[in-house]
Amino acid sequence: MTVLVAAALVVVAAGGTAVGPPGGPAAPAGTLGGAGLLVTRRCAVLEAPDVGLAQLAVGTVVVPLMVMLTVGANARAARKRRR
Amino acid sequence: MTVLAYGVAGWLLLVGVFGVARSRALVHAVVCLSVAQSGSYVLLVAVGYQRGAGPPLAGSFAGPLVDPVVQALTLTDVVVSATVTALLLALSLQIARRHGTTDPDDLTGLKG
Amino acid sequence: MSRRLRLWLFAVGAAGVAVLFLAAVLRMPEFGGVVHPLRAAVLDAAAAHRTPNVVSAVNYDQRAIDTFGEETLLLTAVVGAAALLRGGDDAPPPRPPRTMEAVRAVAYLVLPVTLLLGLATVVHGALTPGGGFQGGIVLGTAVHLVYLVGGRAALDRVRPVTVYVAGEAVGTAAFAATGLAAAATGAGFLANVLPFGTAGSVLSAGTVPLLSAAVGIEVASGVVVLLAGFLRQGTAGDEAAG
Repeated sequence: MTVLVAAALVVVAAGGTAVGPPGGPAAPAGTLGGAGLLVTRRCAVLEAPDVGLAQLAVGTVVVPLMVMLTVGANARAARKRRR
Repeated sequence: MTVLAYGVAGWLLLVGVFGVARSRALVHAVVCLSVAQSGSYVLLVAVGYQRGAGPPLAGSFAGPLVDPVVQALTLTDVVVSATVTALLLALSLQIARRHGTTDPDDLTGLKG
Repeated sequence: MSRRLRLWLFAVGAAGVAVLFLAAVLRMPEFGGVVHPLRAAVLDAAAAHRTPNVVSAVNYDQRAIDTFGEETLLLTAVVGAAALLRGGDDAPPPRPPRTMEAVRAVAYLVLPVTLLLGLATVVHGALTPGGGFQGGIVLGTAVHLVYLVGGRAALDRVRPVTVYVAGEAVGTAAFAATGLAAAATGAGFLANVLPFGTAGSVLSAGTVPLLSAAVGIEVASGVVVLLAGFLRQGTAGDEAAG
């Protein structure tokens, strides 16, 4: 059990770190992966079903979707403005 | 183990803020901010955890239950963070529209 | 500020935070230990109000006034985002989505199941993991499965945004009204005044299911309003690669 907790924590740290590097506007993929990993941690390990459920819906669906849509809209708005 | 559990929370905070500091696009900065915030989820849930204890559902587990107070705090944290992220993303869109870029390094001058 | 200077500033600040954080961690109670000063009181209070899901008992009963604060915060953020997303022109009329028949079939099947799951999560908030926050998000996103079935046109038909804008207000108002009704009985704002019933039935735990439903309405409406705003600005994947 302790090993499981430790492993989940390390995975979370790695997932968070992975979201950091992409410096350009290509964030979505990193977010999706990172957020998905963040969820695994809480569901599997720390006996927090309520939080797991919320994070599952928010972290894997709502926020990545909004981020993806914003990336596209920002690119279009910026290009239009520059024209 | 104590240092690892709480250390991951601190690590997420620092890695998130680092991402904000070196970000080249506002959307990326917003995403990194939510990474920093997820450090608070880890911290809160870790504070409430007890080895061998069950989930905070009365009657579901013979034995001690983990601390529900911090989980309730985390829950509202998750939802409010999502809406604030939405607000920030909407702001980044307005900035893209007005300035034609969302690179913080190019957003220098003040405009009336 | 130059990029270089900014990163140096971050390094100095981060080092300071890291040192202070580590110093704090070393004096924290052991991770996974038995020291949880508030737990016993919270568990007792939840049992007294016959709320098996103690997290819901904290959110919708013991700290209901705090949740009310979170609710207004959520409302403000959604209103702000919706206002910011209002301007500008619509995204170019999207090409009719080329959705595979299989995907459409699955979406048809999954949509009712997801809606039911969301509703059940809201309604059983006092009993099992879930409640207004989680169920609301499930409901709000489930509506968008229609997009897979019929594209933007179908989504716009089943999802008149004004209804959800009203829902956002109704949810918050219902939460406040429940609180005021409790205050009117003399028990105090958001006090749990309804009969507690038998633990395990849907209508137990007094005001917990009511407040959970109010939050569910507000969160679901908020998710729909936000996603509608973002969807109007652009279609997923469009130009995202560039």
